[in-house]
Amino acid sequence: MSDKDKKQDTNISRRSFIKGVGTGTVAATVAPAILVSDEKTAEAQTDQAISKAEIQLNINDTLYEIEVEARTTLLTVLRDGTDTGGNNVDLTGAKLICDRGECGGCTVLVDGKAVYACMMLAMDAQGKQITTVEGIANGDNLHPIQEAFIKHDAMMCGFCTPGFIVSSVALLNENRKPTLTEIKEGLSGNTCRCGTYPFIFDAVETASEKM
Amino acid sequence: MASWGEASQSRLIGKRITRLSGKEKVTGKAKYTYDINRPGMLYGRILRSEVPHATVTEIDLTDAQEMPGVRAVMPLIEAGRKIRYQGQEIAAVAAETDDIAKDALRAIYVELEELPFVATEADAMAEGAPQVHDDWNGNQSNPSRGGQGDVEAGFAEAAVTVEATYHTPVQTHVCLETHGHVVEWTDEQNLTVWASTQAVFGVRNDLARRLELPANQVHVITEHMGGGFGSKFSPGVEGLTAARLSRMTERPVKLMLTRKAEHLVAGNRPSMTQHVKAGATRDGRLIAYDMRGHGTGGTGGGAGFTGPYVYHVPNIRTERTNVAVNAGSQRAMRAPGHPQGAFAMDSLMDELAEKLGMNPLEFRRLNDESEVRQAQYTLGAQEIGWHRRNSVAGSGTGIKKRGMGVGSGQWGGGGGANTQARVNINADGTVEAITGTQDLGTGIRTAIAIIVAEEFGLTTEDIIVKIGDSAPGLPAGGSGGSQTTPSVAPVIKTAAANAKQKLFEHVAPLLQAPVDDLRIGTGTIYVASDRTKTVTWQQATGLLGQETISEGGEWDRELRQGGVAGTQFAEVEVDTQTGHVKILKIVAVQDCGLAINRLTTESQINGGVIMGIGQTLLEERIMDPMTGRMLNANLEDYKVPGTHEIPEIKPIVFDTHRKVSGVGEPPCIPTLGAIANAVYNAIGVRIRELPITPDKVLNALAEKA
Ligand code: FES
Ligand code: FES
Repeated sequence: MSDKDKKQDTNISRRSFIKGVGTGTVAATVAPAILVSDEKTAEAQTDQAISKAEIQLNINDTLYEIEVEARTTLLTVLRDGTDTGGNNVDLTGAKLICDRGECGGCTVLVDGKAVYACMMLAMDAQGKQITTVEGIANGDNLHPIQEAFIKHDAMMCGFCTPGFIVSSVALLNENRKPTLTEIKEGLSGNTCRCGTYPFIFDAVETASEKM
Repeated sequence: MASWGEASQSRLIGKRITRLSGKEKVTGKAKYTYDINRPGMLYGRILRSEVPHATVTEIDLTDAQEMPGVRAVMPLIEAGRKIRYQGQEIAAVAAETDDIAKDALRAIYVELEELPFVATEADAMAEGAPQVHDDWNGNQSNPSRGGQGDVEAGFAEAAVTVEATYHTPVQTHVCLETHGHVVEWTDEQNLTVWASTQAVFGVRNDLARRLELPANQVHVITEHMGGGFGSKFSPGVEGLTAARLSRMTERPVKLMLTRKAEHLVAGNRPSMTQHVKAGATRDGRLIAYDMRGHGTGGTGGGAGFTGPYVYHVPNIRTERTNVAVNAGSQRAMRAPGHPQGAFAMDSLMDELAEKLGMNPLEFRRLNDESEVRQAQYTLGAQEIGWHRRNSVAGSGTGIKKRGMGVGSGQWGGGGGANTQARVNINADGTVEAITGTQDLGTGIRTAIAIIVAEEFGLTTEDIIVKIGDSAPGLPAGGSGGSQTTPSVAPVIKTAAANAKQKLFEHVAPLLQAPVDDLRIGTGTIYVASDRTKTVTWQQATGLLGQETISEGGEWDRELRQGGVAGTQFAEVEVDTQTGHVKILKIVAVQDCGLAINRLTTESQINGGVIMGIGQTLLEERIMDPMTGRMLNANLEDYKVPGTHEIPEIKPIVFDTHRKVSGVGEPPCIPTLGAIANAVYNAIGVRIRELPITPDKVLNALAEKA
């Protein structure tokens, strides 16, 4: 690459390069060692042919044939994926909010358990049953947790709501009558900035009585 | 004179009504900007500086341009220009997938000449500090001074004085949906923009101006949006960039900020440092207040804060400065300037009360001229059980010590004449309410439906509310300053009343009664003087034939009122071994005039309190003085309240009149002081610097011992 030559005459104390300023990447401004290794990583990622594979995923009881890269996350498939017939998966209920397993906005059920879809590779989801927030209701009949969220106004902007719905379902699947402390524990992997928590707790309690 | 009528007559207004968008939100069908997928859509990303201060010497986009799947690359800064904060935009790409866009950013070559920088207020104010702006003299703005009375004379009268320094750090908005847009040009001259914004028409006008298009050729849509809190009024660099990338590629482009960028460049609440000296007379009257303070709003100004606050002081002297640092700029954040000012003032009040040997609530009562808050003090004290409070701070026994505190707030929220709306009645009985406002999660969509349904004797589900769209050409103001409901509600109410009047004119001949003898029942229209004469809503609208009733409304000042007071009480438990502060209960007594929807109003109060809890116990932008970078630009190290931080919250909707006020911001104000005072009451040591983290508690306890 042409910029390799440019690197040669670098005066490290006064200059720096930014290369690889992606999410979570620390660009090198001080240590030359990091600088070099960052660039090598970048080259490896851009220059090598990216291997792709065709996989089958069972999402909300529908089988999707999808071409993915090794790095493609389950969340990317749900939101941005296209099946081999060219149809968008377009399940945008799960949200990418933190991009690193901190917020629960991307929560889906994988074989009945709550999983952060941003942290799971699509390839690892093969052979498993994936349920997104779009698959929680039974057709037009809302799940009791969904009814309860509406009743108690357990949402404001609603951006975190799909994640909370799915986590609540996972919680109630394991524990039909959770105490308030157990509800807080069960939903501690989800974040809401609007501050709907008190009404979410009420909603889970109501739903647990109904189920 | 227009009025909202008596509470006893209301079927819907003031009741607990579930949200109209509830079903879409719980099923994942609600489409936010981030969820918009257009045919052929590309993904945009922005390369940002990791260094806080530098001159750009070279940008080479060639490698990125040549990558398969990359459709456009554009520089956002020219060589020779300066970077002034981490996160500043350098270049942008649009690619077939988001992963390719990420790869492409890595292939952009940038050479920078680093410059010395200042990352903290202390560094910026130090002698000979590197300058953020070349044309400033140092990094501090000229002081803005204020005051009244004679401070020296006031202090001469004071029986007690307190001198203290209070500090709150920079807080970021943390909108869960990051700032972003999907832009699609329908032809050379027209574009559609899905925007995560608090101001549909603001974005339309701003983008049109920057793209040199007539405003009506920019169509902005915000069906749902995932939080703004004051940070989402303009399309920003990212919106304009998305539009340009879309233009270059002739494809729709989605460009959302990353979580990291959201912390770095999408606004924040400025820091505050107040050195204050205040005095009170022996009989408990505030008599003098002298404050010097500063804060940082990043590279720019805007670090204002209130002080003194709420309580009456006759003699005041204040001096405030803005301190520039090499960090992203502030933006309005939920009650700008108020929570931090309230924290300082309410802490100060308690410190003075203690010196006077007075109960802090009594001391407040003596100095608070708001009748509303006087009533709220009584109500809140009862609800929290104020009599259980330690009369001597820190006197509780055991490892876990409990304490109680109180704080206050004041806000405007009276709305303005910035909204146009139409209410349509169609011959098939359907009703539409249309205006260009937007629902940030506050529930304005539902409030509009409630008002129209009340007027027409229908249910909220019968009303089709069309908001979050500039196409109907009915402008509304941005949603800031808690102004949305008081701006929109009066217009909707008068539009509905006008439409009802028109419908009555059609019905009167059929019922053989004068128009002013007609009344709305539940799904019916009847004659007041002869209730046997009645038609159903469907029969009435059927009379319209080919006609549609379409009426606008006026912003009737009589229907709204500004100036809302609030008080909160907190009870906490402090673990003196771990330093952990656990909030047990918060009572939030919040004036909000007429609450159109009590349920969503309570949600707002809860939300404000919880954001206040975050600011008091958890949130802080941490800048590394060595590198000038934000160390916690993620959701793991920048901690916002989660389930475990949530106490019992008792929202008390304190309606004092039947006029509409806004309530989005005020409930986040009194929380800080209430908690900080409760912590003091529990452990007997005062923490004057937020957030009150376990290390600060332990250090304070160690110093006391
Ligand atoms: S986006 Fe997956 S946990 Fe936050
Ligand atoms: S409802 Fe807005 S983030 Fe939870």
